[in-house]
Formats: sequence, structure tokens, C-alpha cells
Amino acid sequence: MARIGVFTCWCGENIARTVDVEQVSAALGQLPGVHCSLDYKYMCSEPGQSLIQEKIKSENLDAVVVASCSPHMHLRTFRKTAANAGVNPYRVEMANIREHCSWVHHDRATATTKAIDLIRMSVAKVRWDEPLEPIKVPVTRRALVVGGGVAGIQAALDIADGGYEVVLVEREPSIGGKMAGLSETFPTLDCSQCILTPRMVEVGQHPRIKLYTYSEVEQVEGYLGNFTITIRKKARYVDTKSCTGCGDCWNACPIKRNPSEFDYGLGMRPAIYIPFPQAVPARPVIDKETCTRIKKGKGCGLCEKKCLTHSIHFDDQDELVSEKVGAVVVATGFKLYSIGQQQDDGATTGYGEYGYGKFKDVVTSLQFERLLSASGPTGGRVVRPSDGKEPKNVVFLSCVGSRDDAKGLPYCSKICCMYTAKHAMLYKHKVHDGQAHVFYMDIRAGGKNYEEFVRRAIEQDGARYYRGRVSRIYEENGKLVVRGADTLAGAPVTIEADLVVLAAAVVPATGVRDLARKLNVGYDQYGFLLESHPKLRPVETSAAGVFICGACQAPKDIPEAVAQASAAASKALIMFGHEELTREPEVARIDEKNCAACFTCVRTCPYHAIDKAELLTPRGVFVKRTARVNPGLCMGCGTCVAVCPSKSADLAGFTEQEIYAEVEALV
Amino acid sequence: MSEPMPMSFEPKIIAFVCNWCTYLGADLAGTNRLEYPPNVRIIRLPCTGRIDFNLLVKAFEIGADAVLVSGCHPGDCHYTAGNFHARRRWMLFRSLLETLGIETERIHFTWISAAEGKKFQQVIGEITATARAMGPYAAYQGLSQVQVGQASTPAAGLQTRQPEDAQ
Repeated sequence: MARIGVFTCWCGENIARTVDVEQVSAALGQLPGVHCSLDYKYMCSEPGQSLIQEKIKSENLDAVVVASCSPHMHLRTFRKTAANAGVNPYRVEMANIREHCSWVHHDRATATTKAIDLIRMSVAKVRWDEPLEPIKVPVTRRALVVGGGVAGIQAALDIADGGYEVVLVEREPSIGGKMAGLSETFPTLDCSQCILTPRMVEVGQHPRIKLYTYSEVEQVEGYLGNFTITIRKKARYVDTKSCTGCGDCWNACPIKRNPSEFDYGLGMRPAIYIPFPQAVPARPVIDKETCTRIKKGKGCGLCEKKCLTHSIHFDDQDELVSEKVGAVVVATGFKLYSIGQQQDDGATTGYGEYGYGKFKDVVTSLQFERLLSASGPTGGRVVRPSDGKEPKNVVFLSCVGSRDDAKGLPYCSKICCMYTAKHAMLYKHKVHDGQAHVFYMDIRAGGKNYEEFVRRAIEQDGARYYRGRVSRIYEENGKLVVRGADTLAGAPVTIEADLVVLAAAVVPATGVRDLARKLNVGYDQYGFLLESHPKLRPVETSAAGVFICGACQAPKDIPEAVAQASAAASKALIMFGHEELTREPEVARIDEKNCAACFTCVRTCPYHAIDKAELLTPRGVFVKRTARVNPGLCMGCGTCVAVCPSKSADLAGFTEQEIYAEVEALV
Repeated sequence: MSEPMPMSFEPKIIAFVCNWCTYLGADLAGTNRLEYPPNVRIIRLPCTGRIDFNLLVKAFEIGADAVLVSGCHPGDCHYTAGNFHARRRWMLFRSLLETLGIETERIHFTWISAAEGKKFQQVIGEITATARAMGPYAAYQGLSQVQVGQASTPAAGLQTRQPEDAQ
């Protein structure tokens, strides 16, 4: 028989005003198993907690019910109090007689009756509460970072500088991500590559960072602290170890006119190429779709002949490698909304009227970055992709796909207002007699020095801003006619433009949903990964040990992505600061002898925490098949309990026995 | 309570709520001092997905006049999909209850988020009003005490086993 203590709190006047606490504690004292029932002004205060501890010792209590506020407020507090006095913390229950009673009822008699009921329920439950011990999980102090853009780079460097090994996986042949392709950055106009490439080199040379480029995460197994990651190293056809990156191969390659992915199709690259000169690793890759030798199995091979280090292997195959890590940081970033084309989710195809893909001189913002970039296909000269002439009138359209529930996406892409102002400014710096026109919905320039930056574009660099949208773009006499509205002037606007730049919406990178499913991380309807709590747990996810940062979570600019990356890294480092991790023991368990091996729970478990297993005798003789919970993965939702037809699943802390006892207390 | 009806029927209502949304919604109702009828007794579970619907029958057995199951809104489940499991199970279970003769109007299923203190207040108000109007529910009360073969007051549609059947 349990020896229970009931401690009823007045919460000053908060409870005592409505609930007759003395009557409550007297009534509870009558219940079988309750060895002491007391009330006190502030149970959570230091003397209140001491009172509980004294009574635990003097009455030799082994279970405690505190009737006070919400368990979300103080369950932790009172568990600690009881544990310090020798009671198992999981034999502490709280009855919420403040939020659920005294604060919402005024009649003293009924509130007192309800309070007594609520406490009786808790007493009934605590009687059956089992003593539990926190689960200890060993931790592999090594992290996987998925994505080598600026967020992934920051996270990898922070964790590696913190003293732990990092495995960095990047899908493209080089790290650097979107930022490596930008010209300058707002609001300081720092050269993007000048600030990023030293960080890339640091990653490449870091003794604790193992870099897998041109690779993808194939499979994820395990759980918090103990993940096994299978990485697919795509066939590169170049031995990155012996290759020196001299460039003889790509200079020799005769198939030179392939659209460059890095220049978003504005520039050309050979079949064997490095995406950009500052690539890390500075090792080429052969595009198997365009290389004659790989396509036909014979022929050309000029690069192989030119290579002095014999680093080219046309028989290279994809390779699967396995890495053990304890934490995962996802930094897969973004891409632009496909204007006028089908999206990844198959949903929207909006904005065909802007002629993107039809008119060469309608470009996306990322393409315009390449036109502005000194290392871009034009060497930094702003020219029309169609005829190479300098554009004298450039029209910028913001919110292409953003904030448009009808044709695009309802959310704001956040960075477009700022980079469009930057584009207008940089264009003016390069084409002094040119005119930038910007169509906008609202200017959202919340950020340090952001508003001032936009004002500069307008006031110093003379960009013309029209508050309104563009209905149509069409070609006439070699010009792009942009028809829109200036809603502030209340007049239609027609501009004969030489170049049009579309600030397309930010959407999650291709394949992020697949990755999220592998990692058991939630994502929203657009594919942005879900944080555990939007305010207080912004980089944690529903999967323990998996953290997110950068634009895979939501559209964000570089400083935000970097800040979040450091936050994710610090979460991984916090994990690695422990020899082993402790988890709440309120997890599911299976009565393996009773289990009918139907495996309904295996299929239902949202965390894949239940496996098909075999029950063996101590000598290893097979007895039967059974489901088995992996306590490292289980998050304690209890869905398995409800679906189990043989009643073999149960949830520690919320067992069938405990819950039924609670209900029965209300007879 | 403002209604001076000491002799009027006050229903007993049991609410099975999830820890992350509806329980916090009820906490918020408290923090905002949103008054509602004192008839409800809340049972905190990690997730509505945890609710074995036999619990509902148990609730009626011990004398509940109405039952509420409430969790996170679709898509907001703390455990990604527990509320969907609960909903699916409820859809199936409801037809069973109808067969058993349990009045399904006494069972309420809602989504109340941690931000919806006001909704919690409304829902409890509505359920209490409905339960008051329906009157006491005795059909299943004390069912566990009924001995097999004893003719008590069986619920409509519920056959108690007769001794001559027990071969």
C-alpha cells in the first residue's frame, strides 16, 4: 500500500479565495493510503517545498500529490523536491486546482467539490504510479550537417571548432550554396564571395570536418545520439585525392557549351568542370549526361589523356558509405519558385504572363546576381542575355509568387525587398545612365540598417518605385513592354524595358520532403521544416537529436541563417557535452509474452520506434515473435497503447491501470 | 454559478485531453479567468492518440453524463499524427457505440489548441448545456457491478446473457 502525502496549495489568494483549502485537505486526509494531507500558502516557495520534504521523511511517504497550479508550471519543481527527499520523482502527481478550478469558477462550494474530485483523481493515479528511472542513451559525439551553404558551413565550423568531428554532406560538386553565387550582400554591399570563400576554405582544411560533396543522404537509421547515416557518393569520375585541380582537363574538354548550373544557365561550362573557380573542393566533376565518353562508352577521353596525375576514371560508380553520428543538423536551404512552371508539389504554375522562359531578357533574381557578379559569365557587366547590349531600363518585380494565395504562395519570402533594392542600386552603379524601376506590394525592410538601405536606393540611386503589380510582359520592337499599375498614383504604368528581373518566391530545396521523412522531421504544406516550438525551440525538431537552420525552415537572409546555424551547432554541442544523454522514461513498452505479433503498433508508431523482434529464452531458444520498443526513439505519445488489440502495449507514466484508476475515482 | 437551481440536474462530464494543446488551452482559459460550468473533470494524456476508446465506456459506467475528447488541431499534433489516429478510431468506434445503444450525442470530439482558451470555455459551456438538456444518463451506470444473468436495467439494445444461454 502506497504511503501518499497530499499537499494543497493556497497560491496566496489565487486558490484559497474560491476553494476552501482546509476543507479540501481534511477531505483528502480521509482517503485510504493518504498518510498526511496538508495545506500551505505557497507550496512552491522554499518553506513550502521544505514542508513537503519534511513530511516525506517524517511520514515515510513514497508518493506525493501536490494540488496547486498546472503541471506545466511546476511538475518539474515538485518532482525535484520529492526526489531530493528520496521519493521517486515519477511518483509525484499534480492536481490542477488553480487554472482548471479556482480561476474559472466563482461559487465556493462547487469549486471546493471540484477541487476535491481533481485531487482524488490524482491520488488514485499516484497509487499506481511506478517508480521510473530516466533512460540513459549513449551518445556518439560526432555530427552530420546536411547542406553546405552558408548555414551548413557555419554549423559545421562551429561544431568542429567546439572540438567534435563533423560530417558535411553537400549535393553539389562544391560547397558554398546560394551565397557563393551572389554578387554583393545587403545592406553593406560586401562582396559575397569575399566573405564566404575564406569560410569555405576553412571547411575544406579543417582537421575535424569530413567533407562529402556531390553526395546525398541515402538512409538514416538509429535515434538520438546514435544515428547511422548512409551517404551516396555520386560517381564523380575524378579521384579527388590525386587530382590537383590544375585545370588541364576542363581546358581540354571539347564539349564546352553546356549551360552552367552555377550561372543558372547564363554561362557555359565544359562536360568536365568545376562549378566556379573558388570551389571547395577545387576538384572537377564529369557531367555524365553530356560527356561523350561516358554516354557512348568510347571516344573522346581527351581529359584523361591530358591528366598528368591519372585522376580520371570513366568507370567510376556511385558509392555508399556509412557514417555514425550522434546529432544531425539540416541546412538544405532554398531555391526559387519555378515561374510559370509546375512546382515540386505539382500545385501551382502561376505567372506565365511574365514570359519567363519565353523571353531571354526576363531573368530571375539569382540570374541577375550572376550578371552583377565580377566572377559571373559577363565578368560583372550588366548586359541583356539576348543580344549582349547594356540595358538602359531595367524593371524589377518583387513578390513573384510570394504573398499571392491565388496564383503563388501565401507567405512573404522576406529577402526580396532587400535584394531588389540592392539590385537597383548595383545596376545604377554599373550603368550610370540607366534607370531602375521597381514594382512592389509593400516594402518590408525590418532589420538593422535595412530601411536606410532601401531609402538609399531610392534617394541616392534614383530607383523609381511603383506600388502595384504587373499584369503582363510582352515583346515589341526588341523591347519588353511591362504593363502594370501604380496604385498610389492611381494610374496604369507602361514601361519599355530592356531587361526584367523577377524576384521569385523562396521555396524549400528540391528533395527536402524526402530527407525530412528519412529523419522523421515534420514539414509544413510548402515543405519548410518544422521547428519544435516557434518561439522557444526554434532549431529543435520533433525528432530528438535533429536540428534545423537556415532557409530550410523558412525564408531568411544571411545573418539570420548564420545565427540559426550557430544555434543549431550549440544544441549539438550541448548534447556532446555529456557522456550519455538522459531521456524522460515515460515511454511505451510491450508485454512481449502477451504480444500477438500483429505489428499494428509497428505500422502506427509515428517515430518508427517499434520493431519486429523475436522473444528468446535466456539460452537463446526462439519462443515467439513480438513487437519491441526502442526506448531511445520512443517519444511517449501512446498511440501504440490505443491500437494494440491484445492490450500488450502500455505507456509508462500513463499506464492503462493509472488512467482507469483516475476515471474510476470519479464514481 | 449564477443559476440558482440547487435542485436542477448537474451533469458529470469527463474530458480526455492531450497534454500539449487542449490541456494548455484549458490552462489559458484559467489564466484569462474565463468562467465556465464546473461540471468538467479533465484527464491529462500525452496525446489523443493514446485514448483507448474503452475509456469512454468506462466513463459512462462510472456515471458520466457526457464525455469530451479533445486534442490538437489537425497538423498540429505534438507527435505528428496522434490526433489523426484518434479521429480515425473515433469514426469507427462511433458506429460500434450506436450498435451498443450508447447515445453518441453524449460524446464530443473537438480540437482546441493551446491558444484557444476562449474556445475551451465555449466548448465546455456548450457540452454542459447539451448534457443538462439531455438529462441524466443511467443506462450504463454501474455496469461493472451487474452480475451476469442478473436482470438489472439493461441499456437499450444491450443483451445481458441469460443463464439458459450459457451452455
